[in-house]
Amino acid sequence: MARIRDIAKVCKSKNAGPFDLTIDVVFEDDATFERVAATGVLSPALFARLYGVAEQDVLFTPYPAGRAFKATLPRLIPAGDIGDTDVYGAQQHAPLLEVDVPT
Amino acid sequence: MREFRMVSVAGILGYGYPEASLNAALERGIDMIGCDGGSSDPGPYYLGAGKPFVSLRALKRDLRLMLRAAIQAKVPMVLGTAGGAGGEPHLQLVAGMVRDIAREEGLHFTMALIHSEQDKATIRTRVREGRTRPLGRAPTLDEATVDRAERIVGLCGPEPYMRALDAGAQIVLGGRSSDPAPFAATVMRAQLPPAQGWYAGKMLECGAAPAAPKGPDCLYVTVREDGVICEPMGDRACTPLSVANHSLHENSSPIRHVEPGGVLDTSDCRFEQVSPKATLVTGMRWEPAGTYTVKLEAAERVGHRAITICGTRDPLLIRQLDEVLGIVRALVRSKAADLGIGAEEYRLTIHTYGRDGVMGAREPVQGTNGAHELGFLVDVVAKDPDTAAAVIALARTSMLHADFPGRLCREGNMAFPFSPSDLTAGEVFRFSMNHVVVPDDPYEMFPIEYERV
Repeated sequence: MARIRDIAKVCKSKNAGPFDLTIDVVFEDDATFERVAATGVLSPALFARLYGVAEQDVLFTPYPAGRAFKATLPRLIPAGDIGDTDVYGAQQHAPLLEVDVPT
Repeated sequence: MREFRMVSVAGILGYGYPEASLNAALERGIDMIGCDGGSSDPGPYYLGAGKPFVSLRALKRDLRLMLRAAIQAKVPMVLGTAGGAGGEPHLQLVAGMVRDIAREEGLHFTMALIHSEQDKATIRTRVREGRTRPLGRAPTLDEATVDRAERIVGLCGPEPYMRALDAGAQIVLGGRSSDPAPFAATVMRAQLPPAQGWYAGKMLECGAAPAAPKGPDCLYVTVREDGVICEPMGDRACTPLSVANHSLHENSSPIRHVEPGGVLDTSDCRFEQVSPKATLVTGMRWEPAGTYTVKLEAAERVGHRAITICGTRDPLLIRQLDEVLGIVRALVRSKAADLGIGAEEYRLTIHTYGRDGVMGAREPVQGTNGAHELGFLVDVVAKDPDTAAAVIALARTSMLHADFPGRLCREGNMAFPFSPSDLTAGEVFRFSMNHVVVPDDPYEMFPIEYERV
């Protein structure tokens, strides 16, 4: 088992417009990307569970050219509205760091 | 091979860039200079209030260097989403600054202003005609939402920029625009393919962000019939991976980029390092849309904000935090009622840093996790500044003095770092539209004005 925090090169979140949050995980080399992809751990279901949204609201895209996976899902509260905690959406990646990938 | 050479000075005008980098780009030779002037990322306030999110001093410095460079190199300069949010006050702010700089520097040129702020009556008509569509999970747009908006802007496509340049404008300042559109416009005018134009624009709109290491710098892009070469100025490089990964930035998909008039498909892009600093990208495709659509952004007024910041170091309070915050809320409600302020007249939010201040309800770590201290940002939004000030004062004293079972810290629950402890934080807006309009053509929502400077 290896946690994302130990094997990813980049793990980040950001707004994709004021109503969506997008989360990217990038790996160092093609081999790691392929190995992680083959486990199927990174999936719409995982993001739905980590962020408490319906699976059909997760747009999940593996992106081999960037050795990356991207998931885009609804923000909890639109950027800057009352109760929002993160206007830029830049600190919503942490739950992913602890995800275990079987190796 | 035919080439079109482009330079973007920065990710956002006013974020700064090294003058030496711009000079290096000028020495290489350029056919256009541009910059993205804004973003919705800093939130709805700037669109609603009509204000920039960078300092005027930084904006003018960045603008002066780029304007001088455009005139010196005799090339067009395009600036999208001028002034940060691209509404009318933002566009006029930047236009005034351009006139001031021209006077100070003795520069002369034809300038075009492309207006992106939308007239409510026109948008209401489009709503009635059924020519607006929701995006994502947004509800169907109604006239009440249009009426409530403080400001509505459309995201301009490349066509109005092309028209302004065709008409002889050298300096084109646009209101709110699709970020890559001003760049794509200049590529398409050079008779190079739209796919290359949009791809180049996607790279250029963020300055040197497609390079590693990231930093505030200029990006130099060469567009050819077969692809796009990205190269940063300064001590950085565009590698196949750094360029590929820029397609992840601030959008929902790295392979399908929805723009006015079509979709840029980057799923078959190939990335090839062509020099130690430069990467060639090929294989991008442009799929024209059947219907031309213009995205709308709007901000509506929510009220006025007042805040206070405090922290606790009391373990007896921390272990029953939810109960204490419940007591505070009840105290505020009853004291506000004494002042004739109903619970529906304000919104009280207490952010607890050290527990779930960053992720809110999505925080997977339960409870306070052994925290020895916690920080609170107490936020009140009310319909007017006086009500907000009155309620935040009640919230402050309630945080300080609320009694709770087993309380030992009887002189006060909270450490306040400031006097005065209550801060007014101005007007509050919210983004209120996530919709597109179907216009008659790409120009009607974006009137162009020309002037000789």
